[in-house]
Amino acid sequence: MKHTISVLVENEFGVLSRISGLFSGRGFNIESLSVAPTLEPNISRMTLVTTGDDRILEQINKQLNKLISTIKVVDFTGEAYVERELALIKVNAEADSRAEALRIVDIFRASVVDVTPKTYTIQITGAPAKIDGLIELLRPMGIKEIVRSGPIVMGRGAKGVTG
Amino acid sequence: MELTGSQILLESLQKEGVDTVFGYPGGAVINIYDDLFDSPLEHVLTRHEQAAVHAADGYARSTGKVGVVIATSGPGATNTVTGIATAYMDSIPMVIITGQVPTPLIGNDAFQEADMCGITRPCTKHNFLVQDIKDLARTIKEAFYIARSGRPGPVLIDFPKDIQIAKTKYKYPEKVNLRGYKPTYEGNTRQIAKAAKMFLQAKRPVLYVGGGINLSAANEELIKLSEMTQTPVTTTLMAMSGFPQNHPLALGMLGMHGTFYANMSVTECDLLIAVGARFDDRVTGRIDAFAKKSKVIHIDIDPTSIKKNVAVDLPIVGDLKDVLGKLGENLAESPDELAKLAENTADWRAIIGEWKQTHPMAYKQSDTIIKPQFVIEKIRELTADDAIISTEVGQHQMWTAQFFQFRHPRTFLTSGGLGTMGFGLPSALGAQVAFPGRQVVDISGDGSFQMNSQELATLVQYRLPVKIAILNNNFLGMVRQWQQMFFDKRYSQTCMELPIDFVKLAEAYGAAGLRCEKVSDVEGTIKKALETPGPVLMEFKVAREENVLPMVPAGKGIHEMVLAS
Ligand SMILES: Cc1ncc(C[n+]2csc(CCOP(=O)(O)OP(=O)(O)O)c2C)c(N)n1
Repeated sequence: MKHTISVLVENEFGVLSRISGLFSGRGFNIESLSVAPTLEPNISRMTLVTTGDDRILEQINKQLNKLISTIKVVDFTGEAYVERELALIKVNAEADSRAEALRIVDIFRASVVDVTPKTYTIQITGAPAKIDGLIELLRPMGIKEIVRSGPIVMGRGAKGVTG
Repeated sequence: MELTGSQILLESLQKEGVDTVFGYPGGAVINIYDDLFDSPLEHVLTRHEQAAVHAADGYARSTGKVGVVIATSGPGATNTVTGIATAYMDSIPMVIITGQVPTPLIGNDAFQEADMCGITRPCTKHNFLVQDIKDLARTIKEAFYIARSGRPGPVLIDFPKDIQIAKTKYKYPEKVNLRGYKPTYEGNTRQIAKAAKMFLQAKRPVLYVGGGINLSAANEELIKLSEMTQTPVTTTLMAMSGFPQNHPLALGMLGMHGTFYANMSVTECDLLIAVGARFDDRVTGRIDAFAKKSKVIHIDIDPTSIKKNVAVDLPIVGDLKDVLGKLGENLAESPDELAKLAENTADWRAIIGEWKQTHPMAYKQSDTIIKPQFVIEKIRELTADDAIISTEVGQHQMWTAQFFQFRHPRTFLTSGGLGTMGFGLPSALGAQVAFPGRQVVDISGDGSFQMNSQELATLVQYRLPVKIAILNNNFLGMVRQWQQMFFDKRYSQTCMELPIDFVKLAEAYGAAGLRCEKVSDVEGTIKKALETPGPVLMEFKVAREENVLPMVPAGKGIHEMVLAS
């Protein structure tokens, strides 16, 4: 099963390699990982997406907590949360497909952020499934390049996850 | 007052109560060694950095204090890695300080540069690269705190040369503040109460005890608990000295080379209380056959150890000393139920008693050829109760665990988790540094001995009276045993073709050497070695193809043992 986990870590030398090394060293799966500092500049927040059964997830949770640099671990599975990902997609857009591309962009409430005579670069934010949907529709036109940020998540409601 | 980084290091070590460090100099630590020249700290110069780490490890295992190592950058630092990994696998508190190239050169493939934080990340509890002299004192404080608290382990400080020379005002912090690290010492009282209830309802309980027992110094609490509940105790390799092996409730070691009665007890029990143990594969054998009929209580200070390999009915996170103490107190409140428990479990103890009778730990003695087990029994007989025994890795290690009848905590130094050949001699050295007045014996194989034999020089230089007993079978015996049993006796690369004159080798270093080839001389040889001042190497020419039994073949359940005939 897929799990999305937020990890608050000390924003210090080598911390990313501690987390990624933990996953590779113990054979845990990592589907995506995004990191950036929080309001407190010495704390970074990582969002990682992983898969595994309950036993593996329990180990992932405990092993993350065991790292000295880890301040807090929250597995959002089973919680109400908002999930967003950003993607940039460079797609072929010539003559006949240009209008079609714009229509699809419109439907998905995406936007075109760079234009050349032969391509559009489309920006979209949303849940990963929405991005998958857009990609499927654009695929027939020929996608030249794609970058996804990996999802970030935040719990719903008034309570915040802080260090 | 302003101090240099190197001075701050040495001052801080003393603030942490360190009196002895083990190490080896080089360009990237030359400033530290210069300051060491005038420092009250003792420094033991080993002949290899790996040995320096094992020595500090032996010092830590025998005392419970943090072992400290200094090594230079690059090759000096990479030489420490096997030692660090050895300590990590066995949760030994250590601080390793490695020199590093000056900060502006880091990442440039400078001369003798190695990314030690990268290399040791998976085999340290934590590591640090000091990037600013202002962080140095706090880093040292945190390193010692992390090394010795919670589940202990080695911590590495990578210390660039320019920061050793830089100056700053020195103040050693009083406290550490690590928001991401707060080990749980106190067990949850409700969980402990539940454990007491489960205990009282058991008919066939067994205590399965791991190395945590010595790390937590919970030995008295364990003895008390096992006696008040009349529960038999089986110990892992790491815990052989954690419970007196001559105790009537001792079952000896379990697992691959465990006793018949320990392995059967675990297989047949209805309550397994795992105490500071981690269900290592050498202990469990085929995991789905392990303690299948039993409920499991698992007590450990490290939550990741719990439910890692087996399902657990009742987890208790906490320091064993606290948890076992409270569990004992809780049980003591119901004397009637304890009496009933003893009654209910009498049959169980009788069954175990029968197993002990029908399948005792034994070997076939010989009049003509020295049996390695016999040498080990004789060493036990002739040394003091509190003698410290180290081993290398192989058959001799298993025989020592099986036959040495340890009685006191922290008297058995052996590489359990990593199984590092070459550990025994330097760790004995470290223990002897810590306890100059106690007997220290390294029980060794001829293969392992050659992995750190250069440390004979260190023993002689510091007049450390370590006694070495090489059980020479002229084989890499443990591997040969596997080849005999599972590879059709194809002894590929396990025969040490070249007979070595170990006596001459000892003498070349200035140590005494004794050779023993006759069964009738074994006792005399050991006595003579123990009476001789200074380091002594004993070489026993033992039965070459003796096997370690019982043995659970890989992939089998621990009840499926190959037994001694
Ligand atoms: C550093 C290292 N290399 C290889 C091994 C694999 N190994 C385990 S036991 C053993 C043989 C040890 O031989 P010896 O020291 O002579 O002891 P014996 O088994 O004969 O008692 C070997 C090679 C190891 N444990 N450690």
